[in-house]
Amino acid sequence: MAFRNYILVCGGTACESSRSDQIYQNLVEECKAQGVGDEVQVVKTGCFGFCEQGPIVKILPEDSFYVKVSPEDAKELVSEHIIKGREVTRLLYNKESSRKHAKVEDIQFYQKQFRIVLRNCGFIDPENIDEYIAREGYEALEKALFEMTGDDIIQELKTAGLRGRGGAGFPTWMKWNFSKQVSSEIKYVVCNADEGDPGAYMDRSTLEGDPHSVLEAMTICGKAIGASKGFIYIRAEYPLAIHRLEVAMKQSREYGLLGENILGSGFDFDIEIRLGAGAFVCGEETALLQSIEGHRGMPQPRPPFPAVKGLWGKPTVINNVETWANIPVILTKGGNWFSKIGTADSKGTKVFALTGKICNSGLVEVPMGTTLREIVFDIGGGIAHGKKFKAVQTGGPSGGVITEADLDTPIDFGSLVRIGSMMGSGGMIVMDEDDCIVDVAKFYLNFTVDESCGKCAPCRIGGRSLCNILEKITAGNGTLQDLETLKTIGEAMKKGSLCALGQTAPNPVLSSMKFFPEEYRAHIVDKTCPSGTCKKLVTYSINPEKCIGCTACARKCPVGAITGEKKQVHTINTSVCIKCGVCMETCKFGAVEIH
Amino acid sequence: MGRMTLEELRKLRDEKQNALQKRDIEGKDCRVVVGMGTCGIAAGAKVVLDTFLQILDENKIENVSVTQTGCMGLCYVEPTIEVFVPGMPNVIYGKVDAATVKKIVEQHIIGKSLVTDHMFDRPAADIISKDGGR
Repeated sequence: MAFRNYILVCGGTACESSRSDQIYQNLVEECKAQGVGDEVQVVKTGCFGFCEQGPIVKILPEDSFYVKVSPEDAKELVSEHIIKGREVTRLLYNKESSRKHAKVEDIQFYQKQFRIVLRNCGFIDPENIDEYIAREGYEALEKALFEMTGDDIIQELKTAGLRGRGGAGFPTWMKWNFSKQVSSEIKYVVCNADEGDPGAYMDRSTLEGDPHSVLEAMTICGKAIGASKGFIYIRAEYPLAIHRLEVAMKQSREYGLLGENILGSGFDFDIEIRLGAGAFVCGEETALLQSIEGHRGMPQPRPPFPAVKGLWGKPTVINNVETWANIPVILTKGGNWFSKIGTADSKGTKVFALTGKICNSGLVEVPMGTTLREIVFDIGGGIAHGKKFKAVQTGGPSGGVITEADLDTPIDFGSLVRIGSMMGSGGMIVMDEDDCIVDVAKFYLNFTVDESCGKCAPCRIGGRSLCNILEKITAGNGTLQDLETLKTIGEAMKKGSLCALGQTAPNPVLSSMKFFPEEYRAHIVDKTCPSGTCKKLVTYSINPEKCIGCTACARKCPVGAITGEKKQVHTINTSVCIKCGVCMETCKFGAVEIH
Repeated sequence: MGRMTLEELRKLRDEKQNALQKRDIEGKDCRVVVGMGTCGIAAGAKVVLDTFLQILDENKIENVSVTQTGCMGLCYVEPTIEVFVPGMPNVIYGKVDAATVKKIVEQHIIGKSLVTDHMFDRPAADIISKDGGR
């Protein structure tokens, strides 16, 4: 037998501390007492994430959202809402009937996330074109083919104010317009799916969850600029995304949505997949085009820009996956609709891959202008394990760190640059007090040094030199002069490198030096690593006042560096110790200390 | 279906829109959707999918279709699934493993009561369907 109503009581920590447990108990008892115990299921759920209005009670199927509920309200909720079917308006969010206002999605908090790019991810079966079509799929293409001219389409993108989501934020309409204006028999449309930032997976998830949105958008672009051929450049290490794209392309061709004479309009367009071997530099557009042509992936000087002279010398529009996924929505809902979302500088939404020391890691899509604090603390649920927030890295190895002081900056392309970072493609890595900022900078630099194509000297030699200096500092051999050298080399790389990889590679170092100078000094002057990450600067010892001689650490030590009799104070032989930290994790008395 | 004209595409869209709203596919009125992005699969979504098929088969439950979808964005509680049962709220379950699947089939699909300790909310409203995706 199905239940008539479901009462969901928030069982999150915050609500629990304001007596949600008692509310749950009372509701169960009231349902029994009032004779509806069999018809109603009372459920304690995970956190609704709306803690400031807690405790929260949600009643389904009406979807009434009650806030600041007290245990004494249980009786009234059951007798009014459940028995008589009347909502208890005084407890509703907004104090009005849910049928009008307090639907969950109308509440401001839940609108912190707004999904345009990810609209179909988690809704449709990505391998079934019918489900995409059912959710307004290929409606934008209909418009583009039968109702709009190329100029109309570009005008709609201009009205929308869409900027490229690959990192630089170049206005999409302008790119398309450049290509359109060049007269050429052959033009190309390219999707950049060479997502390579450590910790970023927005594009992969979009392609895996909604491949048709990209195919549709590329076809629209073909119509707008007069191209009949498209390429999707995707790394071979995304096998599932590739598989789903292939399935989607096959289905689209069968339905006549790709190929010759699309929907009988006389317009031809088809797409090919090109697999990349996973070089980070191939995400740079000129290197990517080189790679598609079959050459080694190395950047070319710009101008000429690909929009004018790109693939095989022909005008080529190249956009990133996330940019493409926005386009069908802009055409179906209109550029005006889109331009109302976001800030003056940046319209629409941005998808972030929220990872690192965060409670709720995940894929997050928010309107531009959302603050970092909202993303990290409200959506992300704050720092895991009760640790203290230290910084967040946006823009991956090309970006910089953002500290507590800038957490309330509304995020858009311009604002992130002003606070010393960049939008990048959307990786967002959260660091806590246990992370060493010098070590993090070294990690990113190692990555860009590995991924540098080696074509230009500033990037090839500069990156290696920066890396060596950081290595020296984290080993305890740094000098204050090294800080100046880091700056000089970093600035030179920014000015002299050929492509964005080299121009942005010093950013993690420069920005972390700017925001955490004391941490660099600690490594150089005091020869210590405050977070205990840099192994060469750390020694482990046992505090004789706290050690009770339980032998737990000695038994766990993999190299036998800890000695001591039962119930006697233990000691660590530092010449044998490999600084793995197992003893510290093992000790229940906090007796193991690092210096 | 072969290559379509504009009219055929529009007709297909209307048909499928209705089907998706009713979620009633070939006499199956219940639906389990498993998040099968790379993140979900890495966390064990394939085991979840297989376990569903196996338990439904063992119990001879024939009114449930099991399908896949992409990443819902709730990577911290993967694998995630969504369960649609007529007369019950649509529910997203997270941190699902084989044991939880058994519970979901027994309690939710057969017993029509929610499995309380695995429920999560959809992270954002739906911009496409008029009713916010419910």
